[in-house]
Amino acid sequence: MLAVNFLLLGAVLFCIGVYGVLVRRNAVMVLMSIELILNAVNINLVAFSVMNGNLDGQVFALYVIAIAAAEVGVGLAMVLMIYRNRKSIALDELSEMKG
Amino acid sequence: MVAAEVAHLSSGWFLENAWLIGLIPAVGFAVIILFGKKLPMQGSEIGLGTLGASLVIATGAGIQWMQRTNSAEGEEAAAGVLRGIARSLPRVEEGGHAEPFIEPVTKTWVWWQNSGLEFGLGSSIDGLSVMLLWLVAFISLLVQIFSLDYVRGDRRYTHFFAAMTLFSSGMLIMVMADNMVQVILGWEIMGLCSFLLIGHWWEEEANAIAALKAFFTVRVGDVGLLVGTAILFFGANQYAVDNLDTNGFNLGAIQAWALSGEASTWTIVMAATALFIACIGKSGQFPLHTWLPDAMAGPTPVSSLLHSSTMVVAGVFLVAQVYPVFWEGFNIANGGLSFIAVIGGITIVISALLAFVQDDIKKVLAYSTVSQLGYMMLGLGTGAWLPAVFHIFTHAFFKCCLFLCAGSVSHSGSHHSFDMKKDMGGLRKYMPITFGAWVVSTLALTGVFPFAGFWSKDEIIDNVGNNGYTFLFWVGLGGAALTAGYMTRATYLVFFGEPRGAAAGEHHDEHDVHADDHQLVGAVPHSLSAAANDHGDDHDHADHGHGGHDDHGPHESGKLILFPIVVLAFFATVSGFSNATPLGESWEQFKKFVEPRPEAVAFDAIIATGPGESVQLVVPAVDEGGDDGHGEAADDGHSTGCGRGDPEAATACFFPAVVHAEPKFAKILLSLAVVAAGYAAAIAFCVAFYKKRDPRLVGLTERSRVARAGYLFLANKYYLDHLYEKVIVRGVAHPIADAAYWINQRVLDGAVNGVGEGGKRAGNWVYDNIDQKLVDGAVNGSGFVASESGHAMQPVQSGKVNHYGALLFGAAAVGAIVLVILNVS
Repeated sequence: MLAVNFLLLGAVLFCIGVYGVLVRRNAVMVLMSIELILNAVNINLVAFSVMNGNLDGQVFALYVIAIAAAEVGVGLAMVLMIYRNRKSIALDELSEMKG
Repeated sequence: MVAAEVAHLSSGWFLENAWLIGLIPAVGFAVIILFGKKLPMQGSEIGLGTLGASLVIATGAGIQWMQRTNSAEGEEAAAGVLRGIARSLPRVEEGGHAEPFIEPVTKTWVWWQNSGLEFGLGSSIDGLSVMLLWLVAFISLLVQIFSLDYVRGDRRYTHFFAAMTLFSSGMLIMVMADNMVQVILGWEIMGLCSFLLIGHWWEEEANAIAALKAFFTVRVGDVGLLVGTAILFFGANQYAVDNLDTNGFNLGAIQAWALSGEASTWTIVMAATALFIACIGKSGQFPLHTWLPDAMAGPTPVSSLLHSSTMVVAGVFLVAQVYPVFWEGFNIANGGLSFIAVIGGITIVISALLAFVQDDIKKVLAYSTVSQLGYMMLGLGTGAWLPAVFHIFTHAFFKCCLFLCAGSVSHSGSHHSFDMKKDMGGLRKYMPITFGAWVVSTLALTGVFPFAGFWSKDEIIDNVGNNGYTFLFWVGLGGAALTAGYMTRATYLVFFGEPRGAAAGEHHDEHDVHADDHQLVGAVPHSLSAAANDHGDDHDHADHGHGGHDDHGPHESGKLILFPIVVLAFFATVSGFSNATPLGESWEQFKKFVEPRPEAVAFDAIIATGPGESVQLVVPAVDEGGDDGHGEAADDGHSTGCGRGDPEAATACFFPAVVHAEPKFAKILLSLAVVAAGYAAAIAFCVAFYKKRDPRLVGLTERSRVARAGYLFLANKYYLDHLYEKVIVRGVAHPIADAAYWINQRVLDGAVNGVGEGGKRAGNWVYDNIDQKLVDGAVNGSGFVASESGHAMQPVQSGKVNHYGALLFGAAAVGAIVLVILNVS
């Protein structure tokens, strides 16, 4: 019952994050959306951990937080470099990878 | 049913760790091969040390086996329970004196597994195997001591000791085997070492040829070993799995199966025949004996160890070990004229006759060995198991001693020649110790009271007659007279008369000496060490040795050579007393300790053991009522007992009840008289022919056509070599070669040409139709498809991060849906 609420919260956060990743043009906003996705996963992990009475999920959540911090560090550095080169962080202008 | 009172047979450390006896020389072999040349004695110390260790353990195991046997006797005497307990029947021929079956002490590990079958490696010690373990270790050690001096300075000194040690290891492994796979392993190691050692001086082509001949001839027989093992496995496996919790390779299971009455006659006859063919090859029986005299091309210690006292009795040992198979297969119980007995009888006579026409001392001894092996086979084939096994024991001592004496003579007396007529004679004055040992061993070989051969060979002959084989009894006696004859001739030529050739101090051109025989004992190490500068010490020594011979003529050998000879001569004198049947029951140690008791054992008394455990036969006490049946069965006498009727339900026999002849004074006198007659005739002939040059005898083969034909027949070894090489090999090989050539030219070439032509046409058609149209079409088509689909997919690669993200999440969502559906449904 309680756990279902946590899972619903995780699902809502995940959807908001996916929406943000897909529609926002601002790279910083996309990074923040990714953080939302990761934290949605964290909530799920902790919720399942409580449900199963097993601490493994919480340990994984700690790992995810650590990885997310690293990911944001790298992501922000890339955004900074893109801004310095192009004076813009709008993602839809970055189409050098077009095949 | 099973009372608390339980009888234990004693065991001991040596019995349970007897596997070390085979393992230690195997490790020694590896050490000699890897590090031997760097050691101060070039590896020989490792060989001596490992065999000494094996001998110590084997001695301990022998003593503990005797204690184990005695402990069974003690239990029986004390409690009187074992008789009923072991469900044993009284020994039929001995008025119902029951002796319990003594379980072998087994300790094995799983070597490898295949489809549920476990192949063990380890030791299974019973009286027969412990006797041979001790014998092999003892003889090997003495022969290696002899070799220290005899092959000193040889170019391949280290390899010689390595091969000798490996051989001992192989023989010990075979003897202690508890399953047929390990028997084959040891058997093949011995075959390999025999090949290596016969061809030790392979620079001489004749030696290499002799090695190949020995190897291939024995291989012909070895096919029988594989076939026989396979037949036994398929025959015995079901019985072994059902009743004894083991598989059809286990020797005990094979023995029990053969005596169980469940085996089909056809299977067991086939198995016995196949196994005996292997024994014919290994033990030099007619008609595959031809390799053994040629094997004398090897160094004398090799002839002494492998080709007289130990390796060639492997076949006899195999027959003795799986005796129930032969007992049932050849119907020995009912006095059937068995294949084994016939072959043994033929071998005794033909090889003894051949020994008369040999000039080479070692070949005389080789044919003598073949003849004595014939006695052992004759004994086994007629139910005289105990005397045959006892003859293995005594024969090893005196025949090994005779060979070492021959080696001593050639080493110090005849300048490395083995030719009795050219290079020997009158040596008794120069080599008194060698002469004494030779005479003792000769008396032992010919069966003169009280030397060793008397107690064993006469027992064989006596038992053969007692078991109803009258003709073979006379064959055996005749063979004994022939033995006395050819040994007298050899003794006279070597040690009496006037010195000739090298024995008289003449200097031969070495190639002259050795041109007509293949015993290039002296020539090879000498010339090799002279040529090889990297062995400075050997060079000096060899030269010194040869110089000594040339200067001083014949002389007595050194201590290292004489010591083993004297020890062996001692055993040749006294070993017969270890089973002196005519002296009474208390002298029959072999009967007590070596011969397995022909008593049925209840299945539930046999403790099946896993790998790594040693067996103790724990005999559960049976309630009183269980004995009723046995008492009645015992009264029936010959119709019951192991090997003379099927064992009772839920019991197994491991050895048939063989009959032992009662020694009779008249028979002993008869055999002694025959031997004496043989001696008298031979001495008279030798004096007349070799000393006085009696004109009636000299040149007889030139004057009398009968004598000439007989001589040529013998000198050509019954034309058996011709038969094998010219008739069989050529007769089989040449038509096959011709046919193969014809087939090659007509059929194969035609086929190949036809196939080539067809291939060319097919190729053209394939090129036109398949290559051009189908393959090219497919290639072009796939390129076209790839190009088009690439164009179609191009928009996906927009370069926009959002699109990529959408694709990613969309794909993840699809994957998640699939997962959910799969898990729900």
